[in-house]
Amino acid sequence: MLDGLSQLLSEYNVLGAFWMTIKLTLASAIGALVIGTVVAIMRVSPVTVLRAAGTTYVTLVRNTPLTLIVFFGAFGFYITLQYRIGAQNSPIDVQNFRWAVLALAIYHAAFVAEALRSGINTVPKGQAEAARAIGLDFGATLYNVVLPQAFRGGIAPLGNVLIALTKNTTVVATIGVAEASYLMKGMIEFRPDLIYIIFVIMATGFVILTLPVGVGFTALSRRFAVKR
Amino acid sequence: MNAEASVLFDAPGPKARRRYAVIAVIGTLAILALLYLLVRALAAKGQFTAAKWSPFIEPVTWTSYLLPGLRATLVAAFFSIILAMIGGILLGMGRLSQLAPVRAVCGVFVEFFRAVPVLMMMLFAYYVFLFGIGVSGDILPLLGVIAGLTFYNSCVIAELIRSGVGSLPKGQQEAALAIGLTPFATLRLVLLPQAITMMLPSIVSQLVVVLKDSALGFLILYPELVRSGQTLASLKGNLIPTFIVVATIFIIINYLLTRLARYLERRLQTRRRGPRVAESQTIMSPSMTPGGALTAPRQI
Repeated sequence: MLDGLSQLLSEYNVLGAFWMTIKLTLASAIGALVIGTVVAIMRVSPVTVLRAAGTTYVTLVRNTPLTLIVFFGAFGFYITLQYRIGAQNSPIDVQNFRWAVLALAIYHAAFVAEALRSGINTVPKGQAEAARAIGLDFGATLYNVVLPQAFRGGIAPLGNVLIALTKNTTVVATIGVAEASYLMKGMIEFRPDLIYIIFVIMATGFVILTLPVGVGFTALSRRFAVKR
Repeated sequence: MNAEASVLFDAPGPKARRRYAVIAVIGTLAILALLYLLVRALAAKGQFTAAKWSPFIEPVTWTSYLLPGLRATLVAAFFSIILAMIGGILLGMGRLSQLAPVRAVCGVFVEFFRAVPVLMMMLFAYYVFLFGIGVSGDILPLLGVIAGLTFYNSCVIAELIRSGVGSLPKGQQEAALAIGLTPFATLRLVLLPQAITMMLPSIVSQLVVVLKDSALGFLILYPELVRSGQTLASLKGNLIPTFIVVATIFIIINYLLTRLARYLERRLQTRRRGPRVAESQTIMSPSMTPGGALTAPRQI
């Protein structure tokens, strides 16, 4: 069995696949943070139109399967309609990666927005009222009183989104991006007799990826918890 | 949220109202411009022609593809959520057990499988059924989907049970023990029924996750809604319109489920009597695991 395993590991690039998972996670995390922040600002803005648009985005995206959003990009816009992201002559796997990142970012942005909004919701209204009462203007109220507390309240939910995003990168295996679960599928089909050890190796990889994030964000949210 | 009463913005005066109106106009224009770009990108490739959309008024599209697909999605979700609730209650009870080894085994199990992506579990279950047990035929993908979803969601529900029991007033447990119930009977007769009722909204929200994740069955050839949609689209050459229809079906069902969850939550809130004691958290083991402290990431 050990022979089979070493042959398997030389045949399949496990570390490379997890590196792809990490790249997908980081790239889409940045995208989701950017889009999600814009949506969150819209959702808490005092302007009705923007609020409605933000709510619509969250409702639509959150209720659609991620698989379908990934397919919209890769099968719909890329394969069927021939739209490309960036350089027109880049190879198919690069295009698939970019569409995958875009889909992951669009999907998780809805959850980032909710996490940020729930952070803002942890701030009691009295905080802002007190700040206004002592004469702070709008900017100072936000900068000195509300946002510092809101960010602290948003740490734990943002950590959850990052963990979920890491695991959800596996969904892009459906469009053939060579990340961890895609590799696992290939490995199992190549050596069905080693299925259990293959699963343990790949699953442990995800535990290793997500556990530090969980521990880190929990520690951060405790460290910065607002004592009320 | 009401604009008049938010923590971020004071009630607007005349000047602020004018400013909001300007922002509203600019914002509307920006959103319309984005939508226009999207629609133009689709229209430029002829996605809004009658030929692309007419299949959806033919009955056969629905009776042969979309409705069977929807049925497959619902079947997988139904069995998964039922099995996950059974598994979740057992695992949750295990995590609250008096016996340290049971607690440890259930704890490691839950934390491990919560960290593993659903798709991986689905793939693993599929191949175990295929190569290990030798299942074949139409039932194979269904078993794979149900097994994968059940494993993952059992762990999520176990965490919900644990936090539900943890948030009950301490007096419940104390009173039950005081009248001579064993710790297990206390859990079974007093704490669990209350925790499960309290979790009902969360379980309905979890059903949304299960429905969405059942679409991952695509990869193991389960003929759920997305796959049957794709089969239809490859026949009619209307991938984008089909995906739009499929997405709409998902959005309607999940939106209604979310509303139901919210309704249940409100009902339970008004039903609950007595002051909700915040410091009752101590029933839960004080050493909360990293995954446990960050409450279950629902709906993602």
